Amino acid sequence: MSENIIKHAIKTAGTLTAFALVGTAILAYIFIITRAPIEASEAEARLALFAQILPHDTYNNDLLKSELTIPPNALLGNHVPSKANIAKLGDKTVGVILEAIAHDGYAGDIKLLLAIRADGSISGVRVLTHKETPGLGDYIEIERNAWITQFSNESLTKTAAKDWAVTKDSGKFEYMAGATITPRAIVKAVAKALQFFNENKPLLLENKRTDNMQPSKDEKREDKAQSQSKVAK
Amino acid sequence: MSLYKEITLNGIWKQNPGVVQLLGLCPTLAVTTSVVNGISLGLATVFVMAAANGTISPVRKYVPNEIRVPVFILVIAALVTVIDLSINAFAHQLHKVLGIFIPLIVVNCIVLARVESFAAKNSPIPSILDGLMMGLGLTLVLGLLGGMRELVGKGTLFSGLDLVFGPAAKQFVLTVVPDYHGFLLAVLPPGAFLGLGMLIAARNWMEIRNKANAADDHAASSALQPALRP
Repeated sequence: MSENIIKHAIKTAGTLTAFALVGTAILAYIFIITRAPIEASEAEARLALFAQILPHDTYNNDLLKSELTIPPNALLGNHVPSKANIAKLGDKTVGVILEAIAHDGYAGDIKLLLAIRADGSISGVRVLTHKETPGLGDYIEIERNAWITQFSNESLTKTAAKDWAVTKDSGKFEYMAGATITPRAIVKAVAKALQFFNENKPLLLENKRTDNMQPSKDEKREDKAQSQSKVAK
Repeated sequence: MSLYKEITLNGIWKQNPGVVQLLGLCPTLAVTTSVVNGISLGLATVFVMAAANGTISPVRKYVPNEIRVPVFILVIAALVTVIDLSINAFAHQLHKVLGIFIPLIVVNCIVLARVESFAAKNSPIPSILDGLMMGLGLTLVLGLLGGMRELVGKGTLFSGLDLVFGPAAKQFVLTVVPDYHGFLLAVLPPGAFLGLGMLIAARNWMEIRNKANAADDHAASSALQPALRP
């Protein structure tokens, strides 16, 4: 009797294991064949996003290759290292693309992508991901509303610190009735990201810290290769 | 009535997952803020349900009763992940819109319910049809509820179509009520419950009316009074 139970248990466990193995094998296979296309389309989507906030003709290097890793920073709101992409025109840094996170949105984190010009003014801001209420707080997406474009050309010198708030809090930024928490969080996050940029200008613009950067010589060579390949095209 | 006809009728009307079985309410309530959202998730669910039923049915005799639920969940989760990865790789634009909803399909109990109550007992072809029809029934409810909430909440229909089909589709977005200021309640979660309640009521009302008509017809024909009938 007990032998039967053990036999039955082993058979059942074997069946479950077989299903798990087959399932895992299929998943692994699909993961491997879709990895390259997913990475390619993500890079493409990223570049398309970069193009929205930083005009193509203002730089001539490969943004995806000119990357800087920024350690977690309270001003950017990130808890893990984030990426900054440096835009260069020849040898001169013309802008930086930063990721910032607003933690005080209505529902979860709001991830932002900011392009800041070398003079500290904003070239453009976009929302990468958010969990705000659909139909209410989602006007921060460029696909739904132009709201986010009001940050273009803003800077900490142009707008005083006390005006970095929504009009309801007597600041200068528009918001939409029904969702105030969302724009508040974004305005705050953008202001803090600008502050981060100002405080870290040497690192971002002149690449003073070389430990997490490619040697500048290599980059120059890359730039040249880039412009050459552009000519070739 | 043939088996296939009955399966179809069950999925769309008699046993509609959205308004009769009331299974899969999590996505039904959460996602239906617009027609496009509702139908997109509905169609993704159709695909998963047909695939899950079609996978389980052929192997149903090899799955011991005690471990059937873990096996079903395993198969469903694997299928959803495969679909998620494939859409991400080959239809990236669509994935940006549907991406956050696709993993939700795993926890949609209608998928498990159909696998357990139909595919585990029937042969593959009827099982696939059952998955398709139950999924379409759910899609219908998601689309209707999305339409109601979008119309009342925002005064538009088909907004967000351009996110699925590209910018050219923007011209198909209907602004039903121009200069509408919006009725937030419809877009917020309470609107989902109220809307679903109305859909259930409407379906029940139609069902009761149909039954009454059928009873009348029956009474009339069995009364043997042909002269009174037109």
